[in-house]
Amino acid sequence: MPSSDASSTLRLPSGLRTRDFLIGGWTALVFVFLYVPIIVLVAYSFNASRLNVLWSGFTLDWYVRVWDNGPLLRAAQNSLVIACISTVLSVVLGTSGAWLLHRYRFRGAGGIQTLTAIPMVMPEILMGISLLIFFASAGLSLGFATVVIGHVTFSFPFVLVAVQARLRGLDPALEEAALDLGATPFKAFWLVIVPCLRPAIVAGGLMAFSLSWDELIVTFFTTNASAATLPIRVFGMAKVGLNPMLNALSAIFVLATAAVVLFSAYVRRLAR
Amino acid sequence: MSAGVELCNVTKRFGAMTAVDNVSLRIEPGEFLTLLGPSGCGKTTMLRMIAGFDVPTSGAIRVGGEDVTALPPYRRPVNQVFQSYALFPHLSVAENVGFGLRMQGVAKGEAAERIAQAIELVSLAGLGERRPHQLSGGQKQRVALARALVCRPKVLLLDEPLSALDAKLRHAMQLELKQLQRRLGMTFVFVTHDQEEALTMSDRIAIVNRGRIEQFGSAHEIYHRPATAFAADFVGQANLLEAEFVRRENGTVRVKLSGGLELVLSAATWPDDTAKALISIRPEKIHVSKQPVQAENVFAARVEEEVFKGALDHLILVTPGGARLNAVAANESALLEAIHAGDQVFCGLHASDLVVVRA
Repeated sequence: MPSSDASSTLRLPSGLRTRDFLIGGWTALVFVFLYVPIIVLVAYSFNASRLNVLWSGFTLDWYVRVWDNGPLLRAAQNSLVIACISTVLSVVLGTSGAWLLHRYRFRGAGGIQTLTAIPMVMPEILMGISLLIFFASAGLSLGFATVVIGHVTFSFPFVLVAVQARLRGLDPALEEAALDLGATPFKAFWLVIVPCLRPAIVAGGLMAFSLSWDELIVTFFTTNASAATLPIRVFGMAKVGLNPMLNALSAIFVLATAAVVLFSAYVRRLAR
Repeated sequence: MSAGVELCNVTKRFGAMTAVDNVSLRIEPGEFLTLLGPSGCGKTTMLRMIAGFDVPTSGAIRVGGEDVTALPPYRRPVNQVFQSYALFPHLSVAENVGFGLRMQGVAKGEAAERIAQAIELVSLAGLGERRPHQLSGGQKQRVALARALVCRPKVLLLDEPLSALDAKLRHAMQLELKQLQRRLGMTFVFVTHDQEEALTMSDRIAIVNRGRIEQFGSAHEIYHRPATAFAADFVGQANLLEAEFVRRENGTVRVKLSGGLELVLSAATWPDDTAKALISIRPEKIHVSKQPVQAENVFAARVEEEVFKGALDHLILVTPGGARLNAVAANESALLEAIHAGDQVFCGLHASDLVVVRA
């Protein structure tokens, strides 16, 4: 070997270049499959025609009609309020549950671990029915509260799992160092552990928010007319017939989701 | 300000495993004490019980005369430097150092002053705004030290704090820590498995093995007068030989080694009415020469192997009777006649350099 510097300027063998090309092509195909439907959906929200198949000119009319549609806006508001409340509750429950299971050894910990995982894999239709029966037999009337309870039941385990994964990678000496420096167990958790868990809490919280935001089935079983969420309203409208107003609504959703994703990426970069 | 630590009949069991077995230990105020032993010997558990992270199964722990056995870590007048440093990643260097003061509710102005002093003390001035991930291993180590010292603990606990540093930095930090401890007059309890580290820094060393303290004394005592075979072997090198009582002579005891070699040792060290005992001989105490030597014990040997180590020559000697001994000779001058494998040599050994040890 005359010089090791040569390796940095080595050309790739042709076999590798072919492989790179195939991988690149495959990646492009995956992205087309993922995003073309969304692009089409957004494009047709500007379509002057009532039909989704024919392009007959540009208009912002559908956005105006979304803005003028009282019930739709109220549903969006419901969705936002329910998603925010259930996210906060899921984050609190999931984070404290994860800490409890991670930090303390107690009888039945394994059982609790398994029980919290079940709502993640249980069919939503079963969740919906069982919650409905439970609320009915408990004498609770359906509305905001029951929807929030329903959403928290299936979304807090996602926070719990994310936080647990982070806790496993955390140096156990961090808590001891805080205690050693005079922090009570609560202060050690709040001032040291929680900040270290922030990326997992944010990720779990976003997960909980998006799960609640687009949830249909559990909500369907646990809501009443006044607490109808956006997915419920949209589902109702789609039964009557699709119109570009739904496209316009979806375009707003896409924009909002993209903003949330970009924001969380920004937060994560700040944390580093 | 600094205080002593007492462990009174402390036992710690984890399930069926006994990590610390009825240990009593008295650490004087202001001394640098090292708990030295192999991994899993219980030394870290002892430290964790002083810090309050583990509670003794039985026994009591006192700091400065006050019983702290039942106190949680955040109420004890001790602070610890962790092996992993355990710096809080979301806080700056200054905020890390100030964490303890914040918990104590020290006023902002005073806290800022003490933080600056502590950072200065560990030579990190100017790095207060950095985050832990922007620091080198040695710098993290210093932050961990400052974070503990700023609280002015009565006792500073150090859990293998130098083990993650490279050899050169480790040596520098050993001396620095020792100087710091002298200057502050603070009680340091240091845990390590590195015997050289222990000898370099400690006022006194407790050799820990299988949850018990094998020997407790100054570095000199432990090295020159090991009490047990384990202590002799763990600190430095030792020839451990079975010796059989032959007879008492004036002021000495004559013993016979397994290879037939007869040696004399100080009578005071030989336990009365003992027929057999284990003795320890440090390799460098055997004076090896091609010329006849003067000592209470003189014997001939053949050099079986010679390993040149620069400043020192490691020799494996075989006596005519077949006893094998490790010896170390200083390479004093290139002009002197060197000793090589196969040479016949004279060996001298002072009676006081034979130490009787418990098995």
